[in-house]
Amino acid sequence: MHLVIEPGFFSSGPVGTALVIGAVTAVVSAVVGVFTVVRGQSFAGHALTDVATTGGSGAFYFGVSPLLGFLGAGVVGAGAMDLIGVQRMRGRDLATGIVLGLATGLAALFLFLDTTSRATTGATQQILFGSIFTLDPSTIPLVVVMSLATLVVIAVIRRPLLLSSFSSELAAAKGIGLRRVGLLFMLALAVAVGLSSIAIGSVLSTALLIGPAATAIRFSTSLRSAVIVAGVIGVLSTWLGVLLAYDSFYWFPSSQGLPVSFFIVALVFLAYLVSGPLSARSARRGALRAPRPSRVEAGT
Amino acid sequence: MNEAPVLEVENVTVSFAGRTVLDEVTFEVRRGEFTGLIGSNGVGKTTLLRAILGLQRLDAGEIRVRGEPLSHHHRSFGYVPQKVLLDPDVPMRARDFVALGLDAHRYGFRRRTKEERELIERTIVDVHAEEFADRRVGTLSGGEQQRILIAHALVARPALLLLDEPLANLDPKSVQEIVALLHAVATDHQVAVLLSAHEMNALLAVMDRIVYVTNGRAASGTTDEVVRSEVLSALYGQHVDVLKLHGRVLVVVEPGQDKQDIDEHPTLTVS
Amino acid sequence: MFASFMVNAWLIATIVAVVAGVVGFFVVLRGSAFPAHAIPNGAFAGAAGANLIGVNPLIGLGVFSLGAALGIARLSRRGRADAVTALALVMMLALGAAFLSQSTEYEPAIFSLLFGEILGVSSGQILPVVILGVVCVLAVALLYRRLLLTSVVPEIAAARGLRPERVEVAFLVVLACATTMTVPVVGALLIFTLMIGPPAAARCFVDRPGPALVLSVVLALVTVWAAIACSYRTNWPVGFYVSAFSALVYGVGRAFAARRLRRPVPVA
Repeated sequence: MHLVIEPGFFSSGPVGTALVIGAVTAVVSAVVGVFTVVRGQSFAGHALTDVATTGGSGAFYFGVSPLLGFLGAGVVGAGAMDLIGVQRMRGRDLATGIVLGLATGLAALFLFLDTTSRATTGATQQILFGSIFTLDPSTIPLVVVMSLATLVVIAVIRRPLLLSSFSSELAAAKGIGLRRVGLLFMLALAVAVGLSSIAIGSVLSTALLIGPAATAIRFSTSLRSAVIVAGVIGVLSTWLGVLLAYDSFYWFPSSQGLPVSFFIVALVFLAYLVSGPLSARSARRGALRAPRPSRVEAGT
Repeated sequence: MNEAPVLEVENVTVSFAGRTVLDEVTFEVRRGEFTGLIGSNGVGKTTLLRAILGLQRLDAGEIRVRGEPLSHHHRSFGYVPQKVLLDPDVPMRARDFVALGLDAHRYGFRRRTKEERELIERTIVDVHAEEFADRRVGTLSGGEQQRILIAHALVARPALLLLDEPLANLDPKSVQEIVALLHAVATDHQVAVLLSAHEMNALLAVMDRIVYVTNGRAASGTTDEVVRSEVLSALYGQHVDVLKLHGRVLVVVEPGQDKQDIDEHPTLTVS
Repeated sequence: MFASFMVNAWLIATIVAVVAGVVGFFVVLRGSAFPAHAIPNGAFAGAAGANLIGVNPLIGLGVFSLGAALGIARLSRRGRADAVTALALVMMLALGAAFLSQSTEYEPAIFSLLFGEILGVSSGQILPVVILGVVCVLAVALLYRRLLLTSVVPEIAAARGLRPERVEVAFLVVLACATTMTVPVVGALLIFTLMIGPPAAARCFVDRPGPALVLSVVLALVTVWAAIACSYRTNWPVGFYVSAFSALVYGVGRAFAARRLRRPVPVA
């Protein structure tokens, strides 16, 4: 047993918190992620991670919980993007890239100020790459509530969400509040990104959003199965990542361990790569296909 | 005129995805001649042009340029593609774009010689683009852009000018202007011009030869030879009527297995 | 701010700006936003790895940048936007974080690699950086006209036998070199703004490719010099100023372009 699970794993408080928060955020990310990929809005997700980075580092600097920073900035960013018209945002748009770059630059400033003015160490790694083992257990209720709320919202608007992704004219013709649905989805996306940011960091949160979703979509034949499979992949990757990170403390003489986020991202990536050959077999059964852009898009 | 044709297409066959796109297509294009490649959308015109450019592999047949087999870079051609998207933010004037037609293949950025600059200037005048030569390429109208693309293709004085549906998105006035321009290019500059279109009426007055394509098969010759009921009926594999009215041609195809010819301008379906 | 130890910084900054202006001009022209994000992420992982095994960081930066560039070249031949590309981008960052976590200087190393450091290049590395810079600029000079045509009308370039795919690979390699020398100073996450902002602004002011390229370099120099000066004065990160000034330059350019559009065009 010691080979797989190092001592103290199950009795450790931080591990418990990590497993709970990790699982919850993985589920939300996976579910929202499936819709993100199907709607072709992966770039919006990526943009929100940059915005979240600024929010998290700013919050840290002002002494507010990073979670609130991630969520707050994400919500504001989502609102702004919805206002501008997210469908017009694409990875190739220079203006978008410059604005996101500026947001990242601001994040750098906040992190720097934080390190120098408050003499705290580890702000950069905590915000950007997550620090799931140092999460405050008292944030669990908030995380769970927000996750549930997001999942409920997605469940309620799931049909218009899908419909508007395939044909905005058709959806508009059916009289669905397209703007409202679009905005709600952006907010859900912001929450998903914000939550996974505390688990694996804002810079890496795209992995939990896109990875399990893309993997599941490759060989799911229905939305429901895609969502379930994505959720399972997300949770398993997160739990396994936590376990491996915990174990890694014991692997090296320096006893520093490898970051959890590294393991989670690696596992998510691995899952996607491995699903390639598997999906080829399912393709003939008519898998749920995401709309493919005709040219290689940036960072989608 | 015993010179070898500029372009010889002989029994060219291309198929992909299990479909025969081009079936033993044969025709030639001679210097100074204006040849129209006419057919509805999807019959294989673009594939044929790509094959001539060496961008499409042939399953059978041969393509020869000036008697020699096609090789990788053929600078004997000027090419004007179908859809060119030019961003108004691109910092390149029409003039600069035409100049690239002359020396894009050169390494380094040696300054252009006086003769080269004069040649570029003359080409711009030939296509009547002086007025907008200093505007950005991305800000030009459809007709203006077309002229600049032609100038770009023409400036290296190619033997053959290939145009893929150059008239497709132009207003009627621009269509007339471009057709007249291309006719002048063919006759005055002794360039062989091959252009594809799905509507032959705009070209009737200037076409020396027509290559009429349907379903991958082609008939070539002068318009009088090809655009006749007997010839087109044989080509379509079903009865076709050709009506000539006030200098315009209507090709009437009865509905048959040839679904793709329904709803296209040059042909009417009679139920 | 011109003390002897800062001389290095100014020298490197100048080279970095010139290369960013030259290479960035084509990044913008070709719309290579994805490689411009992906290669720096790879560079980050490479630098972190080099740091871990005690090798010159430039080597790590170079090897991983090149690997990322060639990887992208292969992927784009498949012509599809895959989740693989987004995931690989993030994987590189996670890998870099993992490498750095094993070093004693986790925090400062992450920060300077991601957000830049004025003194990011030690004096022992000046020569390699200069060489890389010269290589980049020479390569672009050599391929200048081909790059122009393949960027603006790739289909015509293909018909002329100029092989846009090969030009793309060559360009990606140049971008990898440019990234290698720029990351230590500006930071992997913020390079993008320097490669995009000044060139995008330059083309708002000027209609011809040659002058636009020159202006692109000039604006990049102004941006980087101002960033170094401000960073020196306030101690705030260079990357922050680079992103801010790049955005500013870009904003001014767009404003100018918008005004130009509104001015009535003389009717022929």
